[in-house]
Formats: sequence, C-alpha cells, structure tokens
Amino acid sequence: MSDSGNRLSRLLSWDAAVVLVTVIVLVVASGAVENFGTSRNFTFLLLDLLPIALVALPMTFIIVTGEIDLSVASTLGLTSAVMGSLWDAGLSIETIIPLCIVLGAVLGALNGFFVTVLKLPSLAVTIGTLALYRGLAFVVLGDGAVADFPRVYTTWVTGTIGDGPIPNVLVPLVVVALIFGVVLHATPIGRGVFAAGAGEQAARFAGIRTGRLKFWLYVVSGAVAGLAGVLWTLRYSSARADNGFGIELAVVAAVLLGGVSIFGGKGTLPGVLAGVVLLASLQNALRLQDVSNEALNIVTGVLLIVSVLLPNIVSSARTALRRRRQAVTPER
Amino acid sequence: MTVTKEAPVAGETTVHSGRSWTANVFKARESGIVLALIVLVAFTATQNSRFLSGQSIRDILLGTAILAVLAVGQAIVMITRNIDLSVGSVLGLAAFAVGSLMRDNPGLPVIVALLAGLAVGAVCGLLNGALVRFGQVPALVVTLGTLYAFRGVSYFWAGGQQINADKLPASFLGFGTASVLGVPWLVLIAVLVLVLAGIVLRSYPAGRELYAMGSSPQAAQLAGIRVGRNTSAAFLVSGALAGLAGVLFAARFGTVDAAAGTGYELNVVAAAVVGGVAVFGGSGSVWGAGLGALLLTVIGSALAVLDINQFWQQAIVGALILLAIGADRLVAVRVTKALKKRDSHV
Repeated sequence: MSDSGNRLSRLLSWDAAVVLVTVIVLVVASGAVENFGTSRNFTFLLLDLLPIALVALPMTFIIVTGEIDLSVASTLGLTSAVMGSLWDAGLSIETIIPLCIVLGAVLGALNGFFVTVLKLPSLAVTIGTLALYRGLAFVVLGDGAVADFPRVYTTWVTGTIGDGPIPNVLVPLVVVALIFGVVLHATPIGRGVFAAGAGEQAARFAGIRTGRLKFWLYVVSGAVAGLAGVLWTLRYSSARADNGFGIELAVVAAVLLGGVSIFGGKGTLPGVLAGVVLLASLQNALRLQDVSNEALNIVTGVLLIVSVLLPNIVSSARTALRRRRQAVTPER
Repeated sequence: MTVTKEAPVAGETTVHSGRSWTANVFKARESGIVLALIVLVAFTATQNSRFLSGQSIRDILLGTAILAVLAVGQAIVMITRNIDLSVGSVLGLAAFAVGSLMRDNPGLPVIVALLAGLAVGAVCGLLNGALVRFGQVPALVVTLGTLYAFRGVSYFWAGGQQINADKLPASFLGFGTASVLGVPWLVLIAVLVLVLAGIVLRSYPAGRELYAMGSSPQAAQLAGIRVGRNTSAAFLVSGALAGLAGVLFAARFGTVDAAAGTGYELNVVAAAVVGGVAVFGGSGSVWGAGLGALLLTVIGSALAVLDINQFWQQAIVGALILLAIGADRLVAVRVTKALKKRDSHV
C-alpha cells in the first residue's frame, strides 16, 4: 500500500515539476528572449504545438498500453501528399478532408492488424510502416508541392479568434483533448487502457479484450495523424511528401516528458499536454534565438532520454536509501 | 523464434535432428533471399543488359559493403533483444569527423582515418550502451533520442559547410575506389567484419551469451551471464561499426555534409530483419544480415536501371520489414503448433 502511495506521490510530483518547469521557461523566455512574449509569437507557439499536441493524444493511450507508434509522422506525410494529389485531380476540399482522415484510419488499422492479429512487436511494425508510408508519400507526390488550396480554409487555419491571440484551430484541439481526457480518466475504456499496460494477461483475465482495444487505438492514432496532416497542409498551404518529417521524436518526447511511463500502465493526459507546452515553448524560444531546427533536435533528443532516465535515477536512489535505512534499523 | 532454434523436427528422432533442423530453417531463409536475388538479377538483366556491366556490379558491391557493415552491428544488437536506431546518425557524424580530419591533415595514412572513424563510433556506441545499461532506459528511447541528437551535433559542427572531394587527399579517395586483386578495399573490409563477427557469434562464449540474453534475459542473468556488460558491449560494437561505415562512406562518395546517412537506420533494420535476425532477439546470423544488405542494394540498383521511380525504394524497404517479421511470425506459429501436435502423440 505504501508502495502505491509512493508511486502516486512520485507521479504527482513529476506532473507538478513539469508544470513548474514550463512556467519557469515561459517566464524566463518572456523576459530574456526578444519577441517571445508578444501576442503574435503566442499565436505561432500555439500553431506550432497543435500537430504535436493532436498526435500526442492517441500516442498517450498507445504508450500507456505498453506499445508504441513510430509511424505517425509518416502517416501525416502520406495524408498530406494524398490531399495534394486529390486536390490536383479536382476533387472538392469538402470531400478530400474526410477522405484523408479515413485514409489515416486505414493506415492505423494496418498497424493495428500487424500488432494485434499477427502479434508482432509494435516497435518493429511501426518502423516498417514509418518507412512504407513515407515512401508511398513520395511515390504519390514526388518531391514537388501542391499549394493552391482554397483561401477560406487556409486563412481559417492560420487565423485567430476575433483577431485576438488565440488561433481558431485551438478550439477543435481543446474539444478533442477533452474527449480523450475524459475517455482515458473517467470511462471503462480508459481503465482498460491502464490495465492492459500494467499487465496484459491480468487485464485479459479481467475480461478486457486487450487485442481489440489496441487495434482501435491504432485506428484512432492513424485517423488523428491524418487530421494533423490536413491541418499541417492547410496551415502552410503546401502539400508535400516530407511534411512532418521526424515529428515522431517530438511527440514521443512530449508524451514521456509528460510523465507517461514507456513501460506502460502509468501517465495522465494533463501531464502530457504540459509536456507538449514545455517542449513547444522551449523550441520556440530557441528558434527565436536563431538556433537551427537540426540543432534543436539535440535538445528534443536529450529531453526524450532524460524524461525516462531521471525517474529511473530517482527511484533507484530511493531504493538505495530505503535499503540503507533498513540496514541501520533491522526490522526484526 | 527461440522455439524454432531448439526444436527437433517432427518425425525425426536422431539426436542431431535439432541441430540440422535449425540449419534448415536458416538455409530456408538464406536460400529464399538468394532465390529472390537470382530472380531479380535475371529479370533486370533481361530488361537492361547495363545492369550486369562491370561498373554496375562494382557500385552494387560498394553499396552493399557499407550497408553490410552497419547491418552486422545491428544484428549483434538485435540478437540481444535491443535495437540501435542511431546508426545512420553515427555514420554521418563519423563521416564528417573523418572527412574534416583528412582534409586538414592530407598526409595522414588511411589506417588513421579508419581508426578515427571506429573511435568516433565507439564513443557514440558507448554512450548508447551506458544509457541502456546504467540508466535502465529502453534501447528504443535511447537510440531514438541519440538518432536526432547525434544528427544535431553533425549539423551544429558542420554549420552548413560541406566537405568536397577535391579537398580530400587522393590516397583517401583512392582507398574508396581501389581494389586488391580485383576486389575493392571496401568489400574486403566488409567481408572481414562479417567473418570476424560471424565466427565470434557462432563459436565463442561471448557470442553465444548474446543469443542466450536475447532468448531470455532473466534466464541469462540467472545463468551467470553478465547481461549488463554484454549489452553495453553490443552497443559499443554497433557504434564502432557505424563509425567504420562512416569512413567507408566518406571514402566512397568524397562529398560529405551533415546530412550524410540520413534515414540509413531504416535500411539497416530492414537488412537485418530481412536476413532473418529476429526482432524478439535470440535468433539470426550476421550472414543473413549481410545477404539482406545485398538484396536491398540490388533492389535499389534495379529500380534505377528499370527506370522505376526511385521513390519506391523507401516504400519497398518498409514493405520488406513488414513482410519479413510477418513471415517469421507465421513460421514460428506453425512450428509451435507442429510441436504441440507431436508432443500429444508421444
């Protein structure tokens, strides 16, 4: 019992620490980095974190079940490429957008099929589809770009509410995040997700159909990545096969930074959103300092490793401390 | 996959059947690749005779040499049930480091370049291994992080500059193209790496321990195998080989920028997996990984000769990964079923 209490307090303190660090980064950057605190930059910050936040929502579910989906960035790229070529073919944008989301869901279903029906390790499967989907994106669109999307849509995606600092697209993001949060933390589905991650066999004995659950998580992950691909394309008004290249790193880093355990069974959605904000503001501040995107990846990569390394160090230090205490005061 | 390794074949009762069955499985996988290679080469050659020209074969062999060196390292890590996604970035970092070294010191002999590349790679591998071993961080997380971090270091260091072939000493560039008795140096080095790794994995305790760890880490620990030490050693070897591949890359292409080897990790994982190295660990051989590297390079070269959109290459790499792990899984399921049936009869 004390162990679970301990774990709870550790989790809470991790979440709190992430929020605290985020606040510190925001405050320091507003003071020290020129233009960081402007409302215009605030809008850009939110627009930048949008695709990562969106994809991080289903990724949280998947990592909590103890699996992973590395193919999200490629799914985003493939839907963007398909969106471009369908637009070129003369379809209306109102037809293309739902088609792209369905395409994402199908791509996710393929991942889900390999992981849950063939019971293959999700790491290997999604490395395979990472290559496959990105390759197909280039096959569909080559290295060109499609740019002439309808202005109504592109200006809505980049626009703000009442010309204030809040981007229009934040509204659907908040709605989707709320749905994901409620499902994860307040429904039987969410409990099933945690149970599957904590112990798959036990979860199955408890009557949770873990295979079916995971399959649908991959479908949702693909669909959300497809939606992110649509928004990405509209935001930059450019459908390209290399759109979103490498953002799986930022997504996984944000999720783990948000306190989700890579071993499954632990994590909260508010924590993940805090992780996304922390990562995005850090990147934004550094970018304003003229740090290149590639050099930024050093920061993201290190944060990814540290977000798993730090809890491990803390917990092994605690274990060592406890052992020493027990050695000093023998229990019997 | 571990089941297939230890399983005697149904119906045979000789003591040696287990071993011969194992051999058959590997033979099946390896002869499958060889068959695919023959069909692919024959078809491509009938479409375009240029495919079998001396220059084309040379290009394939040189490309295979670099990929095979990387695939050997990946196979060693994967056999221990880990993965090293950072190899492409380590290759890039080592290639840039060695390129700068040779550009600034044109008098240095080639062996120094090789050792420098090995050293750069070994440091990267050591870092990966230490994080996995002492930090208890899963290899996926560590090497996904260092995949981008090492690449970032290359960009930071290069700062947009590029090392051009005309700035590199002729002896170094010559090493990339020269041959001994008709065999290019790069191929000789790759074969040497393959043979050494193959022998150690097959016949030395150090190698067998890696298989034991991959089959069951807990059992290996209980059997007194120093799992932590061996894990970091596997990452060290993989990093060092990626560094070596970086030197080969720089010598072959002459032009190196910070992006060298971007995305190679996918080809390397594909080569190992297609070659029969199990993603669950505990099974596979570096020979298979080498054959996988050859197959991937031939596919890339055939696409160019057949005038097929080069962009198919990456999609094929992904499809091959899925195909290979899917096929392994189906074989494993079938073998388990066959074993159950046999056991119920006995």
